[in-house]
Amino acid sequence: MSPLLRLAAASAWNRRASLSLAVAAMALAVMLLLGVERLRDQAKNGFEQAVSGADLLVGARGSPLQLLLYSVFRLGDANQDMRWASVEQVAAHPAVDWVIPLSLGDSHRGFPVLATTQAYFAHFRTGAERPLALREGRRFDGVFETVLGAEVAEALGYRPGDRIALAHGSGASGLAEHTDKPFTVVGILARTGTPVDRTVHISLAAMEAIHLDWQGGAPIPGVAIPAEFVQKFDLSPKTVSAAIVGLKSRAAVFNVQRWVNQNRDEALMAVLPGVALAQLWAMLAQVERVLFAVSALVVAVGLAGLVAVVLASLDQRRRELAVLRAVGARPRDVLALLMLEGGGLVLAGALAGLALLNAAILLLGPWAEAHYGFALNVALPGPRERYLLGGAIMAGFGASLLPAWRAYRVSLADGLTPRL
Amino acid sequence: MSAPLVAARQLRFDWGRTPCLDLPAFELAAGEQVFLHGPSGSGKSTLLNLLAGVLVPQQGTLRVLDADLSRLPGAARDRFRADHVGLIFQQFNLIPYLSVLDNVMLPCRFSARRHARAGAPREAAGRLLGQLDLDCALWARPARALSVGQQQRVAAARALIGQPELVIADEPTSALDAARQQVFLDLLGRECAASGAALLFVSHDARLAARFDRTLALDAINRVGAPCTEPSA
Repeated sequence: MSPLLRLAAASAWNRRASLSLAVAAMALAVMLLLGVERLRDQAKNGFEQAVSGADLLVGARGSPLQLLLYSVFRLGDANQDMRWASVEQVAAHPAVDWVIPLSLGDSHRGFPVLATTQAYFAHFRTGAERPLALREGRRFDGVFETVLGAEVAEALGYRPGDRIALAHGSGASGLAEHTDKPFTVVGILARTGTPVDRTVHISLAAMEAIHLDWQGGAPIPGVAIPAEFVQKFDLSPKTVSAAIVGLKSRAAVFNVQRWVNQNRDEALMAVLPGVALAQLWAMLAQVERVLFAVSALVVAVGLAGLVAVVLASLDQRRRELAVLRAVGARPRDVLALLMLEGGGLVLAGALAGLALLNAAILLLGPWAEAHYGFALNVALPGPRERYLLGGAIMAGFGASLLPAWRAYRVSLADGLTPRL
Repeated sequence: MSAPLVAARQLRFDWGRTPCLDLPAFELAAGEQVFLHGPSGSGKSTLLNLLAGVLVPQQGTLRVLDADLSRLPGAARDRFRADHVGLIFQQFNLIPYLSVLDNVMLPCRFSARRHARAGAPREAAGRLLGQLDLDCALWARPARALSVGQQQRVAAARALIGQPELVIADEPTSALDAARQQVFLDLLGRECAASGAALLFVSHDARLAARFDRTLALDAINRVGAPCTEPSA
């Protein structure tokens, strides 16, 4: 076998220009196939890490998925708030350990603003149940103080002591700003790899304060309450967007959920984060399938290119094959030669694709983490990835049977005298 | 007299319905150097393909050494060719991207027998190349870098390595000029004699016949009178 392998290698090296292009196409296709899988896997992982430690999400009755998206991932808006009285009622339930109220809706240069309480710093967990840690400074204390997520501080170059203005509503530009009531950065959180990194945190009182002279989403004409006078007003919150609830014992989760759902004072909803996430994955399954089909098609195109290049070279190699037959190669040696070549190219393409994927992740991982809040890691292929890689390689071996079979037929028909 | 190396009886080969070759008798003794000539279409390449075990006669027997090539299955005929036959063609004898040495050693890769008879293939190849006047500076060069005359001598070295009993040369000198033709013929004849191989030399150029033991005109011994053309695939 080894002389054939050497021959196949020498022959392929002789045609390296066209073959390397075909291998590159195959590598890109495999990179896409594995990349989609890696992205899906690590995005799922990232999402699950963003809600670790929460037993229930509570908000106004509506879509559980929407509640999950805005309360945990800061995606979309709450279309209805819940009353503060309800938050206090939930907090008073004997099975409830802690409650983190969340008030959303404002933003700072595209980053969402989250108004909350000290309970957020004490009880919110990310990743493997890790509490939040401050990288610099301290928690907010005064009304116009803010604690930034790591990504916000990094992207905008903020340091403790800087003053920032918040904008009403969420979006990148063209929003009315609360320029009359600037905030001082007092702390910056350590990176978590979750949406926390992209969040500007303020107190619930601050949220009330900046909207004192606002009504219906716009400043009230002719009314301006300067920052130094806000303390004269009642800054206790009237409503919040949602609340994250931790229980003393997880066993009580369904009891508390039922109790919240049956609340008579307000139409509320309690959601298990895991259940809502499962709903999200079920929704995304279609998209996943389409992505998978597209990348599988791309692999098929890559393989077709590879086979086409090998097939096209056969006509030029008829003399070569005839010489091999003359020195004693059997037609099945010719078959093996071509299969070795095809298989080697496929293997090279697949491994190059895997390497390319990890190189791309190394390069783009930090960017993806910054923009989409989940970590992409360089890693050995997981079980499903291995399965896909194996599938692509097997398909490649199958496809390279075609030129091998043709070469076999040609060398049988040609014998020692190639018909050119 | 010992048994002939090649013995064909009532050998018949047709391309489809077109008769091509009908040889009542054809023999070649061991170590004999025979010049075979005939016009194009007289069935020369068909006979060579039969002797090399690539084609199988439809009728008759074709015995080479101890093997009846008309009865051996395909893989065994390939093995037989690898073990016992050296071939030289008109041109394009070599794998262009392999080095001269690797080209010469190719038969040893496909035949254990010739590998064994060559001893150390690399040294055997070098010895043959030296005897065929190929400078050792060329040995590591890829075959395509050589002139046609040099390539034909490399082909001769490859046909001779591992001492096959039969060397078949199909117009090996037609791409060479007259002076080089003679040099090549002398070298080939000498080396075949040295290794004890029978040489069947095919050419349409009767002027080359002088130095051979025997001359055969294929159109005289082939009972099919019409030109034999292989149908294109």
